[in-house]
Formats: sequence, C-alpha cells, structure tokens
Amino acid sequence: MSTQTQHIVRAYDEELKYITGRIAGMGGQAERMVDNAVAALVRSDLRLAQSVIQEDVLLDAGQREIDERAIVLIARRQPMADDLREIIGAIRIAADLERVGDLGKSIAKRVAPVIEGRQPPSLFRGLQALSELALTQLKDVLDVYASRAVDRLGLMRDRDGEIDAMYTSLFRELLTYMMEDPRNITACTHLLFCAKNIERIGDHATNIAETVYHIVTGAQMPAERPKTDKTHTLTIAAPAPGV
Amino acid sequence: MTETTPEGRARRWRAILAGRLRRSRWVLLAALAACLVLAVAGGVAPWVTAVAAAVVMVSAALPAPRLPASSAADGAGAEDGDLAALSAGQLAAAVPDPLVIFDRRGIVLHANAAASATFAVRPGLVLAMKFRAPEMQALIAEVLDEGTGTGVVDYVERVPLERFFRVTATPLGDGAGLFALLFKDQGEARRIDRMRADFIANASHELRTPLASIAGFIETLRGPARDDPAAREQFLSIMHDQTGRMARLIDDLLSLSRLEMKPLNPGGMPVDLAETVDAVIGSLSPLAADVGVEVVRRYPGGGVDVPGSRDELFQVFENLLENACKYGRGGGKVEVTIAVDRALGEAMVSFRDFGPGIAEEHIPRVTERFYRVDVETSRGQKGTGLGLAIVKHILTRHGGRLTIRSTPGEGAEFTAHLPLGSR
Repeated sequence: MSTQTQHIVRAYDEELKYITGRIAGMGGQAERMVDNAVAALVRSDLRLAQSVIQEDVLLDAGQREIDERAIVLIARRQPMADDLREIIGAIRIAADLERVGDLGKSIAKRVAPVIEGRQPPSLFRGLQALSELALTQLKDVLDVYASRAVDRLGLMRDRDGEIDAMYTSLFRELLTYMMEDPRNITACTHLLFCAKNIERIGDHATNIAETVYHIVTGAQMPAERPKTDKTHTLTIAAPAPGV
Repeated sequence: MTETTPEGRARRWRAILAGRLRRSRWVLLAALAACLVLAVAGGVAPWVTAVAAAVVMVSAALPAPRLPASSAADGAGAEDGDLAALSAGQLAAAVPDPLVIFDRRGIVLHANAAASATFAVRPGLVLAMKFRAPEMQALIAEVLDEGTGTGVVDYVERVPLERFFRVTATPLGDGAGLFALLFKDQGEARRIDRMRADFIANASHELRTPLASIAGFIETLRGPARDDPAAREQFLSIMHDQTGRMARLIDDLLSLSRLEMKPLNPGGMPVDLAETVDAVIGSLSPLAADVGVEVVRRYPGGGVDVPGSRDELFQVFENLLENACKYGRGGGKVEVTIAVDRALGEAMVSFRDFGPGIAEEHIPRVTERFYRVDVETSRGQKGTGLGLAIVKHILTRHGGRLTIRSTPGEGAEFTAHLPLGSR
C-alpha cells in the first residue's frame, strides 16, 4: 500500500471514529438530561428543569452535525459493507438520541404544573423506578455500542417487558388518584405524559439496540419479541361507585 | 528500557567496563606503578610483570562487591529492586482503585483489576465511548488535547447502582503519549449525605402514622377512657403494637441505609446456598409453625456456591421466606427450590407459596420502598414496606436480580438469581 492510500485510509478512519465518538457524547448528554428531568420532577426543582430544557439544543446540534458528516463521508468515500452499516447506524442512533432528549425536555417542561399541587410520594417513587429501568436500558445499549459485545443485548428484551409492566401499573395508579379527587387531574395528567415519555425512552433504547446489533453482525436482531404487555389500551379501571 | 540488538548490547558492555575501570582508576594506577617499579628494579622476569599487570586490570573490570552506599549512588543502573524494571501493569495492579491507562487516541491500553471489575473496561475500548457523561467527555478531551496538566472531575453513575467517583486524569512520563485515569470512590461521603436526607424523608413520613395513632390513644386515655379498665387495656395493647411497628421500621430503615453505605463489591467469599437456606429455614421455623405453613425443601444438600456475602444473602432468603410464610399462609406450604442454570451462569433460589398471589399491576412495583399491595394486610403482618427493597438492593449489589411470578388465586413465586462467578 502506498503511503498516499495509507494516509487516506487513516483520515477516513479518523472521520469514522469522530462520528462514533460524537454519538457517545450525545448518548451521555441524553442520559444526563433524562436523569436530571426526572430528578427535577421528584425534587420539585424548577431551576434544574430549566437547565434541562436549555441543554436540548446540544443534542439537536449533535444530530445535525452527525447527519452532515455522515452524508459527506458517504459521498466522498463511498463506503461498503460494515463501514456503510456503521455510518447509516450512526445516523439512526443520533436520531433516536435526539428524540430521547426531546422526551427528557418534555418531562422537564411539566415540572412547573406538577409541583403546583403536592402529589403523594409513592407516585414519584414509581416514576423514579420507571426512569431507572429506562436509563439502565439506555446505558447498557450505549455500553454495547462501545464494546461491541452484542451478546449482552439479550437481557434487554426482558427489561423492555419490565418497563411496559411498570408503566401499566403507574397508569392504573394515576387513574385511581384522578378518580378519587378531580383536583388531582391536572397534575396526574402531566405525570401520565411523563410516564409515557419514559416508557418511550425505553423504546428508543430498544431501537438503538437493534441498530447496534445490525452494525456489528450485519444481520437483523432475531425478532422473537414476545408481545409486549402493553395492555394499557385495554385497561380502563371502572370508576369506584360513590366511595 | 533494555536494548536487544547486538550492537546495542556491545555498546552497553563497553560502557559498563569503562565505568568499572574508571571507578578503580586509583588502585589501577598504584598497581601499575608497583609493577613498573618491580620491572625497573629488575628483580623479576618481565613476563611476570606483564601477567601481574593483566591480573590487576581484569580484577578491576570484574563487578565490584557492592556496598550499600555505592548502590544508592548509582541507583539507575541497579539490577535488584529496580524501579525502572517494573512494568506499568504491575504498578497498576498494586493500585486498589480503578486505574485506566490510555494512549493519545483515547484507546485503553491497560485497565487494572479494579477498573475491569467496576466498569468492565478492557484494552482496546475507546475511553470516551464508555464514559459518556458530559464532564468526563470534557476531562478526557482536555487531557488528550493539551497532553499536559492534570484534570479532576466528579463523576456520578446513577444506574444500576449509584456510584460517585473523583476522577483524575494525568499524563504519564514526559510526553510519552500515555495518560492515566484514576477513580477514587467518593461514595461514602455522598452516601452519608443521601442517607441522612432519605432517612429523614422516609422516617418522617412513615413514622407519622403510628405516632398520630399513639397520640390519639393517649389523649383518649387521659380523657374519656380515664376510668375504663377494659378500654385502657385494649388501647395499651394497640399502642404496644404501634411502638413495635415503629421500632421495626427504624430497624429496616437503618439496615437499608447501612447496606447503601457499604462498599460496592460485597465480599467475594464462596457462599454455600443450600447451607444458607437451611439456616434460614431453621431460624424461621417458629414463625412457620405459628402461621401453620410447612416449608418443603426441593434441593440436594450442598454443592452450589456463589461468591458474595453470607450475611447479606441470609437476609435476602430470610425476607423472602418470611414473606412467603406470612402472605401465603392460606396455602399451608411453601416450596424452596435451588437450581443452577449453567448456560446463563446463574443460581436460582425460589420461594413458592400457595396463598392468594399478587395482582399483575402490583408485581413490577413491590420492590419499591414502602409500596404495599394492601396497606391493611401488610400492617397486620407487621410489614414495614422495606423487606423487598432490601432484597432487591442486596441482589443488585451481588450482580443478581429478583424475578416474581404470580397468578392471583394460585400463589406467588419469588426467585433470587445470583451469578455463579467465574471459576
């Protein structure tokens, strides 16, 4: 190989590495935003919520930059096989992470209306447990993106089921509170959206897992996803008559 | 650094010989002068003089018996206790905190045992992809860009367990292009703070109910029920129950807080699961007899070891068996099973009761602190709402997990999954 081509190859690798590193940075930012948004909600911390809302632009900028660089890379180098998968995967993961940031921002925006009326602490504990599950999911999948150990992705399916089950349970609890006292409705509706957002963060983590699996193996992740327990469309608790 | 090429070795030997000759130059001069004097005096044959001179030269060139003072003086060339001969890996292994050595591209070259155990960092990993928190990204970028200077940040990992580190990034050597990240566990201080806040929040909330009830009874006893012995007796017994509940609550809160304070890795001593479960069954047999539950063992004795802390695992099994006895009392029996799944590399200890079971919507949430499926039943069973939270915490510390299966009306099964550890 002539020094000229070697040089080109090295520059190309550098560009690829820059993109994957940037994804990791976005991942860290997204993890932090979700964590802080839920913390702001639980601790009624308006200032923390405000900072989460402001940080969202970082993720938007990150996604735009990755998109642009990926397109330029494809146009200039015409990558094939695993390199191509790596670049397309980066575009997809960046889009998922940007959505995760949006969901975190949306939670942060709801802090103000929620803290107007004080809610029972058990609600926040449930929400916190849900967000811990989703964040563990996100952390694990980004760790796999770094280490490329795709065999670790298996456990993630279980956890996705757990997230759905937890969400369904929270949904019920929130409905109960609303039925008990109509004054709870405003805050509980916002909390319901927060729970939904967290549940969707889990879905985005699963999407990323599928993308990472594809990048590393070139195959689609085996689609043995057991029907997720999303029974929530069916579960409408009957109102307790005159309690 | 040792040179391995032939020219290099020759150069090294020449340097050593020259050094030895230089060190003994005065002795040499004296000896040669003596030879010369002898030769001039003519008392001895010339060849004897030549041989004597040669012997003097060679003996000077041989390594001198080393005196402590001289060894300290030339330090760098020493062969024994030589600092330079120590590899970076050996040094890193002696550091008890996680230590990662990486190169100019930010790729991990070496991770000591603590680092691989704590963060699963392996050589070849791109550091910035593993430590994604914004402040860590900034720290790594800064030390790589500047190549000099030391950076320090506080790094928090929230999931699966909360961990706090103070991280120092330092360049190694003089422009060697190598860098080190050292993680110092700050958990204890932060956990104490957290514990205090949590304890106050939980305790104030949970102790208020029994306190209010006791205060109410005292008021009644001093007023309307002052002269009613029957009512007094009844109220005092309720108050007794309430104080017992408060005491248990404080015990459980303390036990959970203490667990959260402990260092992250529980002792890696092998724990015999069958023996531990046997001991738990023994200690709970009075309770089982009280509630009329028969404990059925479905496991062979001994043979399954997992790394961990026996005390903590004892508490896990105790809490699970106690729950199974209390909430499954209607079923008349509790089955305890120990199984091993070699493929997943984990041991499973299950407690199956035949009571009323748990409704689906509660299953994902029963490990939350103070979450109670049915407040009245739980209080009646002297539950504090912390038992399963403690179980979950201990299992997470051991790298394990808790799974719960239940069909309402048919009982519930709680299974503790524990990694077998590498052997």
